[in-house]
Parts: sequence; structure tokens; C-alpha cells
Amino acid sequence: MRRSKIKYLSTGNEACGEGALRAGCRFYAGYPITPQNELTAYMSRRMEEENGTFIQAESELAAINMVFGASVAGARAMTSSSSPGISLKQEGISYIAGAELPAVIVNIMRGGPGLGNIAASQSDYFQATKGGGHGDYRSIVLAPATVQEMFDFTYDAFSLADKYRNPVMILADGMLGQMMEPLAFDDNIKPSGIIPKPWALTGAEGRKPLSAKSLRLGSGKNSLERHNERLQEKYKNIERSEIKTELYKTDDAAKIIVAYGSPGRIGRSCVDTMRDDGDAIGLVRLKTLWPFPYAEIRKLAERGCEFLVVEMSAGQMVEDVRLAVQDDNKVSFYGRMGGGIPEEEVIIKKLKNRG
Amino acid sequence: MGKTYTRPNSMKDVLTHYCPGCGHGMVHRIICEVIDELDVRETTIAVAPVGCAVLAYDYWNFDTTEAAHGRTPAVATGIKRIHPDKLVFTYQGDGDLAAIGTAETIHAGNRGENISIIFVNNGVYGMTGGQMAPTTILGQITATSPYSRRSEKEGFPLKIMEMMAVLPGVTYLERTMLTSPKEVIKTKKAIKRSFKRQLDKKGFSMVEILSPCPTYWGLSPLESIKRIENEVVATYPVGVIKEDK
Amino acid sequence: MDKVNESIISAGFGGQGVMVLGKFFAIAGMLHEFKVTWLPSYGAEVRGGTAHSYVRISSNTIANPAVFNPDTAIVMNAPSLDKFEKRVKSGGLLILNSSMAVGKPKRNDIKIIEAPLTDEAIKIGNVKIANIITAGIYASRKRIFEKDILKNVIKTMLRTREELVSVNLRALELGMEIGKE
Repeated sequence: MRRSKIKYLSTGNEACGEGALRAGCRFYAGYPITPQNELTAYMSRRMEEENGTFIQAESELAAINMVFGASVAGARAMTSSSSPGISLKQEGISYIAGAELPAVIVNIMRGGPGLGNIAASQSDYFQATKGGGHGDYRSIVLAPATVQEMFDFTYDAFSLADKYRNPVMILADGMLGQMMEPLAFDDNIKPSGIIPKPWALTGAEGRKPLSAKSLRLGSGKNSLERHNERLQEKYKNIERSEIKTELYKTDDAAKIIVAYGSPGRIGRSCVDTMRDDGDAIGLVRLKTLWPFPYAEIRKLAERGCEFLVVEMSAGQMVEDVRLAVQDDNKVSFYGRMGGGIPEEEVIIKKLKNRG
Repeated sequence: MGKTYTRPNSMKDVLTHYCPGCGHGMVHRIICEVIDELDVRETTIAVAPVGCAVLAYDYWNFDTTEAAHGRTPAVATGIKRIHPDKLVFTYQGDGDLAAIGTAETIHAGNRGENISIIFVNNGVYGMTGGQMAPTTILGQITATSPYSRRSEKEGFPLKIMEMMAVLPGVTYLERTMLTSPKEVIKTKKAIKRSFKRQLDKKGFSMVEILSPCPTYWGLSPLESIKRIENEVVATYPVGVIKEDK
Repeated sequence: MDKVNESIISAGFGGQGVMVLGKFFAIAGMLHEFKVTWLPSYGAEVRGGTAHSYVRISSNTIANPAVFNPDTAIVMNAPSLDKFEKRVKSGGLLILNSSMAVGKPKRNDIKIIEAPLTDEAIKIGNVKIANIITAGIYASRKRIFEKDILKNVIKTMLRTREELVSVNLRALELGMEIGKE
């Protein structure tokens, strides 16, 4: 059978929605906030076509907890928002992590703190990768850089979430949500990574009753400490297996740009421009922000590389790069905030000036 | 003559952690009796709140989940939309339902979610030490209303049921109490009616139960019952508040 | 074909079709197998009625979809002329709707094509197709698109509103006429 691959011009937000639907997501709850509104609107239309559930919730709090409910009932479920709304969802994400439920949360980031503005930003890196809500937990964080990746990463997010029974966040800046690019996918694509969910609440027919909870008041093997230890083992396993990084022209590079999302695109262009000038520049573009590629970056550092971290923030991911490199003299930073986009000319100048 | 008082199949054979004279144990049992009588134990999914009843899932012999404080109806919404043919109910206290979860309560009702809410109103936050609840009646002394609840400073008791009654998505509301065998039977009938309506896909319903908290009322169990009859009912009259066909 | 690396800002009032115009260029570029991006102005930025979209069409991978200094600006109203004339690259192209734009452009280091696009659009039967006239002007000047493919773009974008296809095709032809050097 011929596999059709239709090419669409799509926004990142809509590509994300379609990726979710193609992954078998049949429950979505959201609340309006710019710059992710196209995704909510898209789901309101498409969920009905797919016989799924769309709910415009009364708040971000309700939306994430509806996802908790749909997930605990066994469905692939998603919510989306932008930075201030994601702050509201953090309590729910913590419960989802604690109760070990799969869920996909999309954050189309805008600037802050507070209401900030609606322009693209990457200032939620700390919140996404270091927990976000209360308690010792991790969300898997995927960082698309193109509209195609908005589809692909969201599609993959559901199998990752199911596999590890863990929240997975799609972390993209507002530009990636709003922009249009060609999107291609196999029209016959089916959900992947479907596994049995013996933990799902379906009614205790022919089995013992189940209860889903994050409350751990027990002792011994039922203690919260043991539960946390099991979670940490799971996180270590994820760190071993799920790191994804694009290494672009790093083989012989002396200086390396480290970026994700939109700055990753800009970084790539800088590499091409400077390579034309004969400069040995490379790019490490992160596709997973947690787990973070400490080992890959350390390997490059041991080879003597210097790093320029480019972010649309005051400098958040740069802290992890410093942890990986373990030599602050080798790591410099260029960031823009409040909707500013890192400029190629500035990046190139910074790279030329060093060493 | 056979045994007249046995443990419902829907109830686990364990001791509860509730204080002497607390209403929760009684309401748990009533729910379990109803589930047994409707023969839906294997198709029931319950959502437990944050509050004294947070451990309800240790006592119920059917599928249960917890919810973040106040988000109980949102979690139930998610479950019910995935399993429309299962009996889905929330069990909530007054802090969970009428303070932090007011929005979730109202909007689940307004959407006409086909779920049941069992609302246990004892007028205090029991789990955290007897603080003032939105439902605390005027004149009542609590850990955080040491001068008693005064309307001019602490506002008025919140009558959630009367508020919910105006929503077209809400189809059945009844307030009951646990003060005598007769009232307990009325409570059981109300819960059964709510569950049956859900199984008949009639939409959102809620049963509020005026329940004693001897520990934080500083009264004996018997005095607590008297207080409901003499004082609480004056603020929260019992009976059917709304019932659509 | 030579390497293509084009950036376009189309700007005007809401309802003048500047967002759709951007999508038209992006789909055209996509069907020519170029890399393309389209980025709208949005939210509070579009309050007050002016809107704009950024398009890039390139033989290479596109880094930043936002465009500060465009190769081409298509300007449909006065506020947009104020905002974008100064941002066009030296040697670039400014297409101006003289039916709407109050005031004259000041630059002499760029190519400027002025035409009463709204009047022309009304003449051929639909006030809303001034945007497609500008697409024709752009196409005849830049020569990166094949005419048949542009016609297909119109048909694709209007697949649910077929009655509008012929007037849009006429608008495209007219624009290509106006754009002829």
C-alpha cells in the first residue's frame, strides 16, 4: 500500500494538536491564553471529529485535574497553556508525578514574571526541568524547534508518558506555536507505544479495587521515602535512555553554540555562516531538556571546546551547561528577554571575540 | 431471624481513623450500602477529597482516586468523560467543595456533568485542626474565628446548595442530616436517588449532609447531634432543594 | 534556479487580507520546494486594527521566522507605511496601496510600486482581493514563482469557496500586469 505523506502549511500550535490526535490522545482540557490559543481552538474542532473529549475548563487548575481524571481512567490526555497558566497547573503536575500518571502538558512560553507580555520567551526552563511544582519529581521535557518537530515530539510524548507513567512537557516558545511551516506526516500513522494499563481505574470488575494516590502515610515499603526512592530510580532510568540531542558540525568544532527551540534554529544558521568563513563552529541543539545531555557536553568540553549558550531568558539552561563543563571560563552566555530574539550578528560577534 | 446488620460488600473490613461521633464513617457506610443495593460495586469509581475523608479509599472496596484539594469535581469530570457508563462520584468536605473548589463545583454543575457529589458539611476544617470553613455558622467559635464567626468580619455561611439550584445543568439537590435513624434513612434515600439518576443519565446531582464534628465543636457526640438539630439546621434547612424530572 | 532567500512583510488593517497574503506566499514557496516560514503579529500587537505577517522563502534552512529588515514590504495602510518603510532593506521593494495609504514614501534607495489597489480590486468586482493583486505584482518582479503554481495556490486556498476562484485569478493577472517593468 502506498503511504501517503501530505504536506501542509501548519502553525506549530496546530501541528502539536494533530500530533497528539495521531498519537491517540482523546482527551483535551484547556483554558484560553495567548500564544497557544490556536491549539485549544484546533482541539475543540478536531476532538469532536475523532469522538474524543474537548473541555474548555473553568481554569488551568481544573484543566490539569481533568487530565488527571482522564489519565487515571486510562486515556491518553493532554492540556496546554502558556507560562502564567502553566504556573497554575504546577500543583496538578506534581500530583500527576506523585500518583505516577501519564500526561502531556504543552507550554507555549511567553515572557514574565507575572503577566509579562505575550511575545515568545524561554524563561520557564527552570520551572519545567527542575520540577516546577512541589516535591522531588521530574517531568520529561521535550523542546521542538520546528513545526514538524511540534508534531513529531508531541506524537512521541504520549508513548514516553505511558512508558514511564510520568508527565511529559512540550516546551516551546511562542514563536514556534504561532509560526507556520511545512508539515508532513503519514496520513495512516497510528498511535505508537500502546501498552496495557493495569493500574487504570475502570471499575473493580473481576479484580481487586485499585486506588490512585500520591498520599503516602505508610511506613516501611509503603513509606513516602521508599516511594521517592522508586521515583528516583525511574528518573535515573529515563536519564540513561531518553536523552536526545542534535549535534550539528561538532566533530571538529572548537567553539560550540548550545541552544534549544527558536535559538537552536538561529544557532544553526550562525554555524553555517561562520563555517563559510572557515571558523570551526558547531551546535548542540537539545531536543530533551530533561533528561539533560550532561555527558555529551562534558565530552566536548574535555576535548577542549568552548561554549556559548544562547537562550531567550536571563540565563537558565546555561547553569546546566556549566554543571556539565565544570569550567566557567569555557562557558559564556547570550540571552534576550521579554520577547527579544537573539540576533545572529551578536552571536557571531561573541564567537569571534572569544579566543 | 438472620443477621440484620452486616458489613456491606463495598466496605473493606478495616477500622477507620475517624473520631468518635464523627459523621464520615456513617456516610461511608451509607454509600457502600447503596452501591451494594444498586449492584454497581464493580462499575464504580470514586474520587476522594483532601480533608478528613482523604483516606476514604482505604475503606471502600471499589476503585478510587484522590484529587488535589478542591479539584475533585474536575478529576471526576475527566474520569466520567472516559467512562460514561461507570458510576462516578466525589466525596467532599466543606473546605474542599465550598472554599478552594468552589469554581470546580459550580462549573461541573453548570456543564451538567453526569456525576454525583456527596458533600459532607460539618462547618469546620477537621483535618487541619478545626479552622473556620466557608460553611461555619454565625456565632461559631473555631481555631481561626476565636471571637466567633461575625458576618461583618468573617462573612456569612455559604449556602452552596441554594447557589447551585439556579444552574440549569444541576438536576437534583437535597440536604439531609444524620441526627436520627429516620434522618439517616432519608440520607440514604437521597444518595440512592442521586446515584440512580446518574445511572439513568439524568445529569449532575448533589447531596449535602449536615454532619457532626464533636472533636472541633468541643461537644460530646450526643451534644453535637443536638447542635445540628437546634442550630445548624436553622442556617441550612434540610429537604429537597431541587429535583428535575 | 539561483539560490532564493526572500523575506516579506505584509501589513495593513485587519480585513485587508495581509495574513492570508502571507500564507499565499508561504504556500507558493512550499509548492516550489523552498523552505518557508510564516509568522503573524498577534495579541496586543494587533490591537488598534493593524496587523502584519512575516514570510521567509529560502533555498536554505530558515533560522528566524521573524523579519526585521525585509527584502519586500507590502503596505496596505498609512500606519503600516510609517512603521515599515524605514525597515525595508536598501535596494529592496515596497509595494504600496495608494487607495489607502495617506502620505508619500520617502525612501529613494528602494524600488517603490504604488497603485490604487483597493480601487482596482473594486473594479474587478471584490474589494477584498487587493491583497492578491499585490501578490501578482510581487510575482512579476521577483520571478521566483511559476504562474501555474500560483494559480494552484489560489485554487487550493479557496477549495471551500470555489465561487471566488475566478476573481482571484483575475486579480493575480492584473497584479502581474501592474508589476511589469
